[in-house]
Amino acid sequence: MIDTIIHSEQWLAYAFAFLMGLSMLIYGLLDGYDLGVGILSYYAKDKKESDQMVSSIGPFWDANETWLVLGVGILLVAFPKAHGIILSNLYIPVFIMLIGLIFRGVAFDFMSKSDNRHKKDWYYAFFAGSLTTALAQGFMLGSYIIGFEIDTLNSKLFIFTVSISLAVGYCLIGANWLIMKTTGDLQKKAIQWSKLSLIGAIICIALVSIGTPISNLTIFNKWFVLPNFYYLSLIPLLTIFFVLWMYLLLNKLPYSDDRYCWLPFVLTIIIAILCFVGLVYSFFPFIIPNEMLIVQASAANSSLMIIFVGALIVLPILLGYTFFVYKVFHGKTTDLRYD
Amino acid sequence: MDVLELSRLQFAANITFHFLFPSITIALGWFLFFFKLRFNSTKNVKWMDIYFFWTKVFALCFALGVVTGITMSFQFGTNWPGFMNTVGNVAGPLLGYEVLTAFFLEASFLGVMLFGYRRVKPWVHTLATFLVAFGTTLSAFWILVLNSWMQTPQGIIMIEGEAVVTSWFEIIFNPSMPYRLIHTLLASVLTASFLIIGLSAYRVLKNGHTKILRSTMKAVIIVAAIVTPTQIFIGDLHGLNSFKHQPQKVAAMEGHWETKKGAPLVLFGIPDQKQKKNHLSLEIPKLGSYILTHDFNGEVKGLDQFENEHPPVGKVFYSFRIMVLFGLLMLALSWLGVYYIIRKQEFPKYYLKMLFFMTFSGWIPTTAGWYVTEIGRQPYLVQGILKTADAVSSVPSAHVSITLTIYLIVYAILFYAFISTIFYMARGATDKLSNKLKEIDLGDRRSAAVKISS
Repeated sequence: MIDTIIHSEQWLAYAFAFLMGLSMLIYGLLDGYDLGVGILSYYAKDKKESDQMVSSIGPFWDANETWLVLGVGILLVAFPKAHGIILSNLYIPVFIMLIGLIFRGVAFDFMSKSDNRHKKDWYYAFFAGSLTTALAQGFMLGSYIIGFEIDTLNSKLFIFTVSISLAVGYCLIGANWLIMKTTGDLQKKAIQWSKLSLIGAIICIALVSIGTPISNLTIFNKWFVLPNFYYLSLIPLLTIFFVLWMYLLLNKLPYSDDRYCWLPFVLTIIIAILCFVGLVYSFFPFIIPNEMLIVQASAANSSLMIIFVGALIVLPILLGYTFFVYKVFHGKTTDLRYD
Repeated sequence: MDVLELSRLQFAANITFHFLFPSITIALGWFLFFFKLRFNSTKNVKWMDIYFFWTKVFALCFALGVVTGITMSFQFGTNWPGFMNTVGNVAGPLLGYEVLTAFFLEASFLGVMLFGYRRVKPWVHTLATFLVAFGTTLSAFWILVLNSWMQTPQGIIMIEGEAVVTSWFEIIFNPSMPYRLIHTLLASVLTASFLIIGLSAYRVLKNGHTKILRSTMKAVIIVAAIVTPTQIFIGDLHGLNSFKHQPQKVAAMEGHWETKKGAPLVLFGIPDQKQKKNHLSLEIPKLGSYILTHDFNGEVKGLDQFENEHPPVGKVFYSFRIMVLFGLLMLALSWLGVYYIIRKQEFPKYYLKMLFFMTFSGWIPTTAGWYVTEIGRQPYLVQGILKTADAVSSVPSAHVSITLTIYLIVYAILFYAFISTIFYMARGATDKLSNKLKEIDLGDRRSAAVKISS
């Protein structure tokens, strides 16, 4: 299979599919943790605690959200035919997500700047916007997996499950971000949140992993065929291993010198990547499950080449300064201040 | 209303609301850079007061710009699939380069600029400020290249209903690009200038004069006094450029119904699209021809040359006059300010009040100008290549009505919150910070900051 890809003229389409998948994954991880923190902010005990939570993501959220623009941008530019179908099928959930993103994004700034009468509303908007965004994205992911055939009861249940799963996943990575970035009471709380989310995530991953091959016969055949099944079982086995590791670790945290406070966050990233790989394997080489192949949706090659060359030059620089920003704001969160 | 009208209204609402904020941030970033450089060279911490106050405004505008901008990027697919299907080979790379070269740059260094003052070396902070300003401008560049190309397309051939690129150089340097780019950037300078002057005037009116507010106002009034006439001049060149490439747009702007030698300049009137004439019009004979052709008897194409292919006249005609009116108002106000500066007089109260009323005045001509250029391109989405009606999606119009209604409600809430927060911030702004900073040795801010926080 790989052979045919390299020797065909279509490698560019696959390269863009890779880039798009990568941006979506990075988006899910990065905006995932800040949306998760947003959802969890509902459980902060007072203003000080929610301010601490908001501060931990303050310098990052803008750039995190840009990965969504890049992912959708690549879909728009490289796969215009799929873009039209996907987005017109998802007209209402996309809209709901955008409203969520709008409130979540502006709440960051309004909560610290607006007058006291309205401050509370913006804290609430921050939570509600984050939750709405997460659920809408889960809805979109679920509809996408089943190829937008959302009429039957089963598919509705499936979409609902994926929707909740994504929100729970965001809570998990958000809680683990807080474990890494905070200390004291809030950190202890975050560990509890993380445990609860982890249990939720285990149930969700299991449900989605079972539901996906059942709802889609092609996927079933891709996974449950010998000998592929032996290699593929590595993905769920590794997932189970890392999940167990995280669970045991969470029971021991926090260590007195705050050793390993970063580890749950890293483990979440690994688990997310494993889930993502499983998802990609299920669909490849389709860009819209069962309907449209990556190569069918691809735009004219000459224009794509221009972007591809640009992307190759710009992406390393981009990753470089993203790394720089994370280094600047490395370590435990302090109060965010301009001066 | 059908799905076309609803989608157009929704796009107009989204982009109008979106552009309010970039029209501030594009130039405000450079003003911030200027304030930072003033601080670096004078070591007067009062400049940092000004800097920090305006970074807060910048942060707020930037956030609003980002979230409303994301909405735009989805609209292409949800409401206008025909756009990418027809000219995706041109629009795709331009939008792609915007995201890759500009969006990430500004969004990443924004964090350092806003919250990194105590965490990075002073020069890195100055550099971050520069990169944010540079990123926003670069982003404006790519978008304006694309928009200009939609007005004056070239460098492509159409094959089976799809634009195929023949020359990127011709696409990027299309005939209207330099004019539209400069005209828009200067519009942003004026919008940000009047925002800074107006809000500073408000602070003076509320809390009394301070030296630093006066220095800020002086510097920015001088900028406005120079940029306003420059903008009028560039606008005129831009108009001549449109006259050459999109004469139907200029005919609608000027209210010229018939092709004429020695066409008048219509100062005001009420265009009537049914009767194809202007009511109650106030005209200066032959001046229209002179402005457009530099000859009192030059021939000016009228709307009669573009039967059914010309834009709705009224909207373009009125928008154009609103833009010009505000340009003249800004000219008068900024020059009056320079008069007081030269005479070394305090700004009198009535003048401060006028500036206060003009705080957000930049938005009006900027928006009106965009209406001229965008409505003036109708019925085309890409001039001569793709009609707007052929690009719209088949989403049920009920869906679009719902989303449009909610967008309008959300935008109304955000608009109210934005304006009231800006004035709230201005009322609360004080010089406390610089008093606090004074105690810290300027040369070693970083380690001092660490000491204070630990």
